[in-house]
Amino acid sequence: MPSATLLGQALISGVLAGGMYGLLALGLSLSWGLLRLVNLSHFALAFLAAYLTYELGTTYHVAPWWSVLLIVPSMFVIGLAQHWIFVRFKVNELGSLLITFSFAVMLEVGIQLYWTADYRRFETHYATWSLKAGPFYIPVLELILCLVAGVLAWGTWLWLRKTYVGKALRASAEDADIAAAYGVDHRKLAYLLSGVGAAYAGVAGTFIALIATLAPAQIWAWLGVVFAVVIIGRLGNPLGALAAGMLIGASESIAMAILSPAWAPVVSFSVLIAILLWDPEWS
Amino acid sequence: MTVGRTLPKAAAALGILAFAILPTAGLPAFYDSFFYLVFFWVSLSTSWALLSGFAGYFSLGHAAFFGVGMYTTATLTTKAGVPFLATVPVAAAMAALLGVGIGAVVFRMKRLRGELFALLTLAVTFVIATIILNTPIDGGAGVFMSAVPVPNLMPTQTGTIYMLGFAMCVLTLGIAWWVAHSRLGLGLFAIHDDEDVAEAKGVPTFRYKLIAFALSAGIAGAVGGIHAMYVGFLTVAGTFELTVPLYVVLMSVLGGARSWFGPAIGATVITALLYAFISGGEAMVGRAVVGLILVLAILWLPDGVVPAIQAWLKRRRPVEERAQAAVVPVVPATPHRIGTRNILEAKGAAKRFGGLQALAGVDLDVREGEILGLVGPNGSGKTTLINVISGFYPLSGGTITVDGVEIGHLPAHEIARRGVARTYQIPRPFVNMTVLDNVSMAATFGGSTRTTAEIRDEALHWIGFTGLGGKEEALPSELNLHERKFLELARALAAKPKLLLLDEVLSGLNPTEVDNAIRLVRAIRAQGATIVFVEHLMRAVVELSDRVAVLNEGKLFALGEPREVMRDPRVVSIYLGKAYAA
Repeated sequence: MPSATLLGQALISGVLAGGMYGLLALGLSLSWGLLRLVNLSHFALAFLAAYLTYELGTTYHVAPWWSVLLIVPSMFVIGLAQHWIFVRFKVNELGSLLITFSFAVMLEVGIQLYWTADYRRFETHYATWSLKAGPFYIPVLELILCLVAGVLAWGTWLWLRKTYVGKALRASAEDADIAAAYGVDHRKLAYLLSGVGAAYAGVAGTFIALIATLAPAQIWAWLGVVFAVVIIGRLGNPLGALAAGMLIGASESIAMAILSPAWAPVVSFSVLIAILLWDPEWS
Repeated sequence: MTVGRTLPKAAAALGILAFAILPTAGLPAFYDSFFYLVFFWVSLSTSWALLSGFAGYFSLGHAAFFGVGMYTTATLTTKAGVPFLATVPVAAAMAALLGVGIGAVVFRMKRLRGELFALLTLAVTFVIATIILNTPIDGGAGVFMSAVPVPNLMPTQTGTIYMLGFAMCVLTLGIAWWVAHSRLGLGLFAIHDDEDVAEAKGVPTFRYKLIAFALSAGIAGAVGGIHAMYVGFLTVAGTFELTVPLYVVLMSVLGGARSWFGPAIGATVITALLYAFISGGEAMVGRAVVGLILVLAILWLPDGVVPAIQAWLKRRRPVEERAQAAVVPVVPATPHRIGTRNILEAKGAAKRFGGLQALAGVDLDVREGEILGLVGPNGSGKTTLINVISGFYPLSGGTITVDGVEIGHLPAHEIARRGVARTYQIPRPFVNMTVLDNVSMAATFGGSTRTTAEIRDEALHWIGFTGLGGKEEALPSELNLHERKFLELARALAAKPKLLLLDEVLSGLNPTEVDNAIRLVRAIRAQGATIVFVEHLMRAVVELSDRVAVLNEGKLFALGEPREVMRDPRVVSIYLGKAYAA
């Protein structure tokens, strides 16, 4: 059994790593929960954003906090374009899963053709900064990531709860026809939401570039775990997605500390299976 | 007609023969390998479609069954020295066992359909992969199969693996053909469209889903066992790759997952394409092209290539003139005689939903041959009563017997087999089946065992009886509300019910249609069925019923001759409020 300090450190790292799961889950959860579209290409968009951040940073020496201003609106537009296809062809849930899988494959191929299959690392002098709190180290970048994820999740939650647009979106998710009869322009709102979801992929991508090593096949690495997070956090619930992300991150990290790193995947998926079978009130 | 039937059979036999002697033709090993891969993907995607395409339980976990098969063969051959061929059936059995194990838990939960089932199976794949990786089964180093002897079925080793793959492919397609043309397949197609209705029409849905899952997983396991020998070196990352379930889905969906040979077509096309790009050194571009094809196929041919071609052929073929005389429902002039025996007896029947008491102890007898009208204000428990009699919900308390047999806790399909049929207030036809198939399906599962020809005649009779003659080949979406309601009736009648439960068949119909429907209900009774019908339309209730039962707040409130009951001030008051009751 590892020491208390080690476990504490594992917990902190896990929660912070879970922030990334939560951030990736956010966009997925919105489109799945509120538009009934399962968007596998979300991961590919995030990696496209990561590679763009890397390219702008290494070739043109643009700092990530500037490049994000370019990347996020671009992703928003891509989200709109993708949604146009779904609307134009009346794609259902299953169709969206297959189509976005194909988009993801095509994006993966595109990334590999341009940036090759080699591992890429965006080196910055602040990547290794960390705060020291008692015996524990807190990596600064991941802390910022968690704060950003928290602000986005909270903001999205408020947006859905408190504003007309949010309420209209939730009404449309329940019953699009009835909502339309009460004057909700579902189509415009769906475009907006798709754009916002893709923009979140852009934000996640910027952090991926700073924190992780990039390779085209990595697109698929987080797919399973993030889907687990989306379901555990309840579809369409932004705060739930973030909380579930941190829960899964922490449990993986603790499993790694106690058992071995190779056992980590069992944790998230066992939690997912347990929650699907058990169906607790809060999930 | 005979040429049309024997020609495809002869072609299939010739094709099988040609492929069977191919390894002896002395072609370069490249061909063995290429065709093996085609067979591999055909078997795998067809096996996926048995559960996911036919029954609509969309799985992303096919790699789990395939991988369990691979590692079963690898472990048995390398660690226990079992001969390779003997391990393949074991691989199939292990995978089937896993499938049945998952199904036995998951199929009991109605929530776990659609995308949740897909993700659950995906999660199972990751868990199994991690377990295999971290235990001596693999241990992270991978398993070499090179020392395992390959039986000498063919002159060359690649030829032997080719033959095994080919045999597996023929077997898989044979099973798929059989399932698609059997009672099992009909039940699975019905489950795909509407599982609750399928169950109510007499399909043992739980058992059928388990059988489909076992077949699907078992075939994948056997394919995996053979494939272990083909690849020669197994790694967890390579075996449980995400591309396996996704390619399987792509191939099936592209070809048409509801058709028994659709997946085979999709698999052949995609494998050939991928192979062409790989041998041209453009493997990555190949993946992108496959992705693009899939997008285009789903956007323009959402049901797949094979169904699209079938639909096109059907449109081109001249419509068969059916010499079907219209069946006129006959209502005998003499008054109907009602038996003294009770066909249905409810004693203290109760149903709770959480804190809501939908039925609070209903006592009701229905006599053989009578028409009982069931009325009451909204929320009084009428539809709930229909739902517990037909087995959609189990009873919370009390008993309900049909012909003296307690049915309160039987699954719906067993109640249907005992001669109880129902209709739905909002019609729930099987949307992907024609009118004829909808009705034949009910005749197959509801009534006694009959030949296909008898079932067809029976179905055509009831279609004519309900005035849907000429619409046999139409899909439910092409019918109007009135016709869909009558399709509900035809489906219920085809099961030859002793007890027919009608849930608001008249609502939404215009006055002429209501008159027709009333005549129809009388004619049905004249053929010997007992009818319980829920209705708000008082004219029909009074005209049709022998007795009327009034429900209020989950209890039997009044029972008796229609005109008397409807004049009862207490009944008027629950409908219209106290002020009108005087």
